[in-house]
Amino acid sequence: MINNLWLHPGLILMAGALALPLVKGRLFRPYLLLVPILAFGAVLWMPQGVFGVFPFLEWDLTFGRVDRLSLVFANIMTLMCIIGTLYGLHVDNPFEMAAAWIYVAGSLGVIFAGDFLVLFLFWEVMAFSSVFLVWFRRRPESVWAGFRYLLVHAAGGLVLLAGIVLLYHATGDLGFHLLDVSRPTVPVYLILVGFMLNAAVPPLHAWLPDAYGEATVSGAVFMCAFTTKTAVYALARGFVGMEILIPLGVVMALYGVVYAVLENDARRLLAYHIISQVGYMVAGVGIGTELAINGTCAHAFAHILYKGLLFMGVGSVLYMTGKSRFTDMGGLYSRMPRAFVFTLIGGLSISAFPFFSGFVSKSMIVAAGFDDHLYWAAFLLTLASAGTFLHTGLKVPYFIWFGKKNCTKDTWEKAEDPPMHMQLAMGIAAFLCIFIGVYTPYLYDMLPYAATYEPYTAYHVTESLQILLFTALGFFIFLKKLTPEALISLDMDWFYRMGGRVFRLGASKGMDYLSARAHKYLGEALPSRLNTFFQSGPARLSLMLIRPLWYLTGVTVKGPHGVEKRFMDTFNRSLFTIGSTAVFTIIMLMVLLFFIT
Amino acid sequence: MIVDLIKFLRHRLRRVIQVCCMILALLAGYDGLLLDKDKAHTAAENLPGFWAVFGFVSCVVIIFVSKWFGKLGITRQEDYYDQ
Repeated sequence: MINNLWLHPGLILMAGALALPLVKGRLFRPYLLLVPILAFGAVLWMPQGVFGVFPFLEWDLTFGRVDRLSLVFANIMTLMCIIGTLYGLHVDNPFEMAAAWIYVAGSLGVIFAGDFLVLFLFWEVMAFSSVFLVWFRRRPESVWAGFRYLLVHAAGGLVLLAGIVLLYHATGDLGFHLLDVSRPTVPVYLILVGFMLNAAVPPLHAWLPDAYGEATVSGAVFMCAFTTKTAVYALARGFVGMEILIPLGVVMALYGVVYAVLENDARRLLAYHIISQVGYMVAGVGIGTELAINGTCAHAFAHILYKGLLFMGVGSVLYMTGKSRFTDMGGLYSRMPRAFVFTLIGGLSISAFPFFSGFVSKSMIVAAGFDDHLYWAAFLLTLASAGTFLHTGLKVPYFIWFGKKNCTKDTWEKAEDPPMHMQLAMGIAAFLCIFIGVYTPYLYDMLPYAATYEPYTAYHVTESLQILLFTALGFFIFLKKLTPEALISLDMDWFYRMGGRVFRLGASKGMDYLSARAHKYLGEALPSRLNTFFQSGPARLSLMLIRPLWYLTGVTVKGPHGVEKRFMDTFNRSLFTIGSTAVFTIIMLMVLLFFIT
Repeated sequence: MIVDLIKFLRHRLRRVIQVCCMILALLAGYDGLLLDKDKAHTAAENLPGFWAVFGFVSCVVIIFVSKWFGKLGITRQEDYYDQ
């Protein structure tokens, strides 16, 4: 893929991943850091244009379409790859990091893809590499969650492929650019569904909390950044201004918030808030104005950093104590103070507190909604942002580091601030969250369109502070209501978890029943009846004919000395029986022959 | 250092709560009396303390609606899928 001195950063990561199991000893950890830094460098110094075009059969496959939209996503993804790798430096399993890098390479492949064929190729690479980040946790639950993840993504991939094939059939064009969203056809809808599944739009979202809650500690840090944001990129490329995305985005934003109230597992709570935050981006794509698309890109950028930071913070608690449920934690501030501060910074960023990254990104999308007179959407998104602060900014830090101490003695003793490399990774992410929030040109200058938006007006700051601080007031007033309970919440995965179970039960019980019945009737009852029929059939037939004559003559018919018994005995023993049976059989055969011919 | 600061604040919890309440009051007061609302998107926002009420009501609505939703049979025992 080196073309006009252009090097695909995904290729660096893939080559790095393939060589990773061969690197041993003291070189291992420096090598781990070097590869993602090289990929980040390749993005930083990348010129714009079209590169890496290869003829394949009758098509020209484009691996490198580089413009401002792809660059802003590639920039944050390679940056997050460095932070995630640094965070996972303790992982001794080289295959886990290799899987993570190939997964990032898949995302980068999608982002630079100029046509749908290349996009689909890397789309599948993402699913089939990221599943290992779930499996490598090696719990039985993780194995099953991984299979469910794969099942759902394989289905989504097939829908996407069907859309691509039908679109090519209809238009003869494989190029990945803005689709006809004003008059969408079936292929366009199929591609949309494929993208929506990866963006975790309800009802196609349940794979996300299911898999991310079960992933490895560092695997979840990678997963939370790439799949959904790659889908957001794909939507921002192909579906700008598709109006149905506005209500879908609003539903996402609220859906994640509602489930976050009920959630007891900290990482699943964060996963539900990914759905909520990606909802803003999806709505931004639906609004489709320059401000909205800038907001979508800015929010994706900020989101990758603060969500990574949150998963790192909560992940470090899981790494040290082995616990991620609120009902197993509490009061840890004196044991893990730094993890608390980093997580709090992530929480304030996602909640769009002034001077944190979310404040300068999320508000662009809401402002675009207000500018477009979509008041209902803008107000509901603002309502969801109150929910975000309620959970990620308040509930997560409060119930892990304060609140009632639910830890066992063992958990308490294990709880300590995580190793230095984890703290460093969290420190870099935390710094960037604040840096982006304070120095807006850093992010705004990368956006696809010229950014004229000004987040720091007295009105906007006062508005945000009022919403957030009065939400905090509500949190402390209703603290009892929010106390986590050791329960789980059913979600859309119920259908394939229980649906699969119903099918298995149905199949196994149904087959058992069918087999038992077949054995009883076809195997036993039918042959025995036929046997009786052919053995005593002629005798009984003769008896039917002769019985009226006996009654007329007045002999004793029934009973042990009756003629009937004597007749049957004679029949069973005599040669006549054999002859008559032969005659009877021939008649039966002839009848059969008659019906067959 | 972080732990000391938290402990310092926890020992003066009453004072911390008083300061927080004061900040809330000042914020709502600033919104109602001094803030230039030229940048408001809708007419409703001109009401004093509109976003304060919006924030608080949002919080309450989210808590109660979600809890009600959970009680519809969505929340289950943790071993639900193992049975």
